[in-house]
Amino acid sequence: MALQSAPQTGTRIRERRIDQGLRQADLAQMVGISPSYLNLIEHNRRRIAGRLLGDIARVLEVEAVLLTEGADREVLEQMQAAATLSRTSGAELDRTEDLAGRFPGWSLLIAEQSKRIQQLEGQVQELSDRMAHDPALSASLHSVISSVTSIRSTASILTSGEDLDQDWQKRFHSNIYEDALRLAGNSDALVRYLEKPQETPIGKLPTQEVEAWLEEHLDDVRAMELNGTSAADAVAKANLTPAALDLLHAHLMQALDDADRMPEPAFSKAAKSSGYDPVALADLFDAEFDAILRRLATLSPEKGHPPMGLAVCDASGAILFQKTVPEFGLARAGNACPRWPIFAALSQPMRPIAREVALPGTPETRFMCYAIAKEFGATVHEPPTVRAYMLAISEPAEGAVEPLKVGPTCRICARSDCAARREPSVLGALS
Amino acid sequence: MGKRVLLIEDEPNIIEAISFILSRDGFTVHTHEDGETAMDKVRSSPPDMIILDVMLPGRSGFDILRDLRANPDTEKLPVMMLTARGQSKDRDLASRLGADHFMAKPFSNSEVRELVRSVLEP
Repeated sequence: MALQSAPQTGTRIRERRIDQGLRQADLAQMVGISPSYLNLIEHNRRRIAGRLLGDIARVLEVEAVLLTEGADREVLEQMQAAATLSRTSGAELDRTEDLAGRFPGWSLLIAEQSKRIQQLEGQVQELSDRMAHDPALSASLHSVISSVTSIRSTASILTSGEDLDQDWQKRFHSNIYEDALRLAGNSDALVRYLEKPQETPIGKLPTQEVEAWLEEHLDDVRAMELNGTSAADAVAKANLTPAALDLLHAHLMQALDDADRMPEPAFSKAAKSSGYDPVALADLFDAEFDAILRRLATLSPEKGHPPMGLAVCDASGAILFQKTVPEFGLARAGNACPRWPIFAALSQPMRPIAREVALPGTPETRFMCYAIAKEFGATVHEPPTVRAYMLAISEPAEGAVEPLKVGPTCRICARSDCAARREPSVLGALS
Repeated sequence: MGKRVLLIEDEPNIIEAISFILSRDGFTVHTHEDGETAMDKVRSSPPDMIILDVMLPGRSGFDILRDLRANPDTEKLPVMMLTARGQSKDRDLASRLGADHFMAKPFSNSEVRELVRSVLEP
């Protein structure tokens, strides 16, 4: 039977030996043990440590710790992604683990930088999309180009040296004056428009500003509930862009309303005793399911609650808000894994969904997810606006049903057999 | 009477400048500012060439170009599209729809004159 304490060490020794082109008998001889004993080690049937481990590591030219612990899986995946994305680098993919074992600090740096590059590329894409589809910018540029075209063409007539009668001269001068005024106004508007992003941290959407503010001011928000501070007071002190301030105000108004209906400490106590069951809590507090999900997400792990993330999206699947917790966070810019229950909720408005999910990894990271899509604002002529909410509770107790397999985003998802895949993963070699 | 050029453009000062330089070169210039009724104008005063802006009120220059190419009477009518400099996607689309020539705004008068002459006085 394999030893529980170090189930992978023998496997790593075997893989490393084969990589080095050594026969089992050769390695055994070099470290002074019998081939059959080495065979037991390689199949994880004998524990290995101390001097023998050091001898084997030396022969295999690897750090002993890499044989016993392996490299951090997340770092390895990110390094692999970095190498795959840079096809011309010639990085030795088959030696990734070796590099991670020998130089863990440098490897972490490669992984972090690769992750950062991917984030920045995503933000650039997002900004490009916003610019390309921004009607205000498009109209402003069109107007500037039209004015410049007219001025150039008219001025060219006036300076051509040909005889022009006075009426035409007057008319063209007047046209140039008109266009110059229009150009000045449009240029000013355009410059002000293009300066605007500098007020915002580059690439941050207003909703991301709000999320960052809330994360930083969690205690303030809790204090607001107790002190009865108004949302307007908090917003007045927040140093955010105007668009983010509007969103923050709406968010705080809703949070305070939720808190009024489900006050502390009663809610916290009830949440714990119900096992964080939103259905039971909705009955107990006579509250809407989505309000329960939002309220649960405000409970702090510091008070003994499990970490709980929250995501809100609209009918297009665009993420309007999210509170992340370790391992939980949906990709923005339409790149999120479509298997998360929040997206299933969109097609079944008003029906609460409960589903345990698992993210890829060893071991997989599990969340208990509750989701619901709400419709509002419908009239005879207008379809309803839809908002979907999803609460993700970290590491729930083992459920009876196999968890739904979800992922981060296709590009960096290691699941090879997913029917919902949109594009190949750069982690193909590891999956 | 000179060859007829129909200029479909909604900026009055651009219309005036182009009309002036082409008229002085001996062409008869008709103008129209609205995309929606541009095809009526083509039918009522058939031109020898059209200068067509992309962004027009009512209907875009692309829609008008599509109609021109779908109509046997106008399918071979020379069309010069006015696009904004840097908008290569506009140019690509105009090309696919059958535009014969392109002029990027802001253009020079001499470029416009030379192109119109090359089409109408080869």
